[in-house]
Amino acid sequence: MENTENMENMENSENVERKENSVALELRGICKYFGNVKANEGVDLVVKKGEILSLLGENGSGKTTLMNIISGIYFPDEGQIFIDGKEVVIRSPMEAFQYRIGMIHQHFKLIDVFTAAQNIVLGIKDGSRFRMKDVNQKVRDIADKYGFIIDPKKKIYDMSVSEKQTVEIVKVLYRGADILILDEPTAVLTPQETQKLFAVLRRMRDDGKAIIIITHKLHEVLSVSDRVSVLRKGKYVGSIETKDANESILTEMMVGKKVELNIQRDDPVNPEDRLIVENLDCMNREGVKVLSGVSFTARSGEILGIAGIAGSGQRELLEAIAGLQKVNNGSIRYMDPESGEEVDLRSKTPVQIRDLGVRLSFVPEDRLGMGLVGSMDLVDNVMLRSYSKGKSPFLDRKNPGALANDIVTNLEVVTPGVHTPIRKLSGGNVQKVLVGREIASLPKVMMAAYPVRGLDINSSYLIYNLLNEQKRNGSAVIFVGEDLDVLIELCDRILVLGSGKVTGIVDGRTAKKEELGLLMTKTVGIYEENQKAQASEESNE
Amino acid sequence: MVVFLTGAIALGVTFLFGCVGEILTEKAGHLNLGIPGIMSVGAMGGCLGVSLYMGALSDPNNASYILLLLIGILSSAFFAGIMGLIYAFLTISMRANQNVTGLILTIFGTGLTEFVMEAKVDRSLLAKASTYFTQSLPFAGKLGWFGEIFLSHGILVYIAIAIAIVAAWLLQKTRIGLSLRAVGENPATADAAGINVTAYKYAFTLIGAAVAGMGGLYYIMDYLKGSWEYGIDSLGWLAIALVIFTLWRPDLSILGSFVFGALYIASYSIMGISFAQMQLLKMLPYVVTVIVLIVTSIVGKKETQPPASLGLSYFREDR
Repeated sequence: MENTENMENMENSENVERKENSVALELRGICKYFGNVKANEGVDLVVKKGEILSLLGENGSGKTTLMNIISGIYFPDEGQIFIDGKEVVIRSPMEAFQYRIGMIHQHFKLIDVFTAAQNIVLGIKDGSRFRMKDVNQKVRDIADKYGFIIDPKKKIYDMSVSEKQTVEIVKVLYRGADILILDEPTAVLTPQETQKLFAVLRRMRDDGKAIIIITHKLHEVLSVSDRVSVLRKGKYVGSIETKDANESILTEMMVGKKVELNIQRDDPVNPEDRLIVENLDCMNREGVKVLSGVSFTARSGEILGIAGIAGSGQRELLEAIAGLQKVNNGSIRYMDPESGEEVDLRSKTPVQIRDLGVRLSFVPEDRLGMGLVGSMDLVDNVMLRSYSKGKSPFLDRKNPGALANDIVTNLEVVTPGVHTPIRKLSGGNVQKVLVGREIASLPKVMMAAYPVRGLDINSSYLIYNLLNEQKRNGSAVIFVGEDLDVLIELCDRILVLGSGKVTGIVDGRTAKKEELGLLMTKTVGIYEENQKAQASEESNE
Repeated sequence: MVVFLTGAIALGVTFLFGCVGEILTEKAGHLNLGIPGIMSVGAMGGCLGVSLYMGALSDPNNASYILLLLIGILSSAFFAGIMGLIYAFLTISMRANQNVTGLILTIFGTGLTEFVMEAKVDRSLLAKASTYFTQSLPFAGKLGWFGEIFLSHGILVYIAIAIAIVAAWLLQKTRIGLSLRAVGENPATADAAGINVTAYKYAFTLIGAAVAGMGGLYYIMDYLKGSWEYGIDSLGWLAIALVIFTLWRPDLSILGSFVFGALYIASYSIMGISFAQMQLLKMLPYVVTVIVLIVTSIVGKKETQPPASLGLSYFREDR
């Protein structure tokens, strides 16, 4: 942490020397309501040219709504927007482009069946003749200029998350935007990719562009931004120069009270083997090998962390244990603590596995994609796990209702009520409901994949505490995380996946970040083999 | 055989109009099940226009070729377009359920057609008008089987093929086509990219309906030689099935429509089968459509799937 602060100071001293920049965008008194939900209430915001502004706030504090207003997706109910000192009205995304505002959305706005270049050129009317060849070339030029790697002809459905994000960023650059908005761009990136992104952002800032970035990772805020503006519950709290800020000041501004930023780690009590995985091989739907020879043991009263670059087989591993993924080879054995018997999970259906107490709380990139139904309310979503239990032909709404209320209170879910459809909540709040529901079933094995992705710092610590609680209750917790600092602080042991293979299992108490990073990028995996195979296929064509 | 193939093409063109119209609409993300009704209304509109024009002349036999054709086609497209406008207003602006709206339009359209044809159209003029529509190239008869199969048709056949080719080019090669496909795949993305989603949806629902309506006109004026027959709507359903059969590609739909035409008239062409067996044969187009649907689902290639947001309403501020 000291390192980043030093870097920070150096960068800021540069900034001070730069002459006072003119205001690129100013918001005054912006209000936006969704039914009863006050997403924004009298928000003021200023962004200068040649500045990176971080917009901070807890989940549901209205950051994304505010950005959507700037980019013309939503129309504000009240308030004024000024660009270069002139008041403007942004009625549609098209008008936002005319003011050279470009937004990179948290949920990618890409069309799956189009190529990268087709997505990039979509909606552009520059009067030139429409030839994909020219577009492809221009995309390559932009990629070269900023050091992106992108294949203009690749279809989006063949791309990884970070490739998709690259397309999104190039899309905005292609349009020559002067005001860039990035909504949680780093949530899906590896630390290396994040550094590359930040380098690009700094280059654009030096180019005189105004950049607004939303991220929950405070060390990123401190390292990349020049100034920080904070929202709380839809209201503007204030702004602070990054050089005057630190993590605890920012957290206090966000939450409105002091928050303890330490993760407590108890020593495991009576660890017993709970889940034994041996020599697991899996293929994904396309027939590509994603896991090979994975072996590990998860013990009760212990948090096993799983680290790895996105897409190294984490998802498949958890799904295999939960019975959702076909296993080609290997064994998954579960020691039932009640009967003391050994159960072969491979021969069980997902429902049987769940009833044994092995619970998967998977938080995919798209939070509504797995586990929750967007148009149903909180109570009904909680009920999805229990509706089949009762004997009466009628549904029992009472208990799920109480549980939903518990989740709302304990996890501080921001919602008008438990009968609000889930899709009306902001992303982070949706996630809290998902995790809260799985934990409520008192699992014997709790698997949580990216449970804090996109969550603000306060909520993240709530989730960590919940996982710790599970650990104290004697559950075997498997935690797939992205933030290496957190993995090291929270987990008892950390398993590192590299390209579908276990490249190491280290003790969380002695692990070093660098060590994990090296293990993550150990390049002897199937991924490269696949890449090679693909490359040769392409050259054959 | 030559007669069979000629007949297959002749009937197939009815499907081709309906199919290309429906493809254009579906590419904008709207599943228009009103096509059967729209084709009926298209036929009605064309007949109405032609009969009004001929009725206004002192001698109906002196009608000008160009003018009669133009009036027929334009009034057909106009009335079908109005049906498309009703559908567009209900499903795009009012965000009504597309399936229900489409089915209502089919019922409404067939009913309206029957009323107008009985009450307002001088059907005695249609046979004469038909001779204009069926006029083929003078040298078609001299080119043997080739001329018979491909060149002996009225002008609407070639207009249909031209429309299909233009639609294919539009979808694959132009900026407008790219934007249109984006609207049908993911309107939120298209909107964020600065495309006027509502305008595209309206434009292509209207164009699609107009094109489909010309299929009804063709069926009455060319295929049936001006004799009136109810039940155009049953052909409309086949046109919708053809959209699936040809994987939402106008270029493939030219060939596909001939295949459907052949399958449909197979029941009349095979000698010595009972009426019941004829009805069985008439189901062939649906059977092959189901087979195509199953095969493409198994293959699961994204390009052969319907537009991703087909049938869904779009509202920008919806969360």
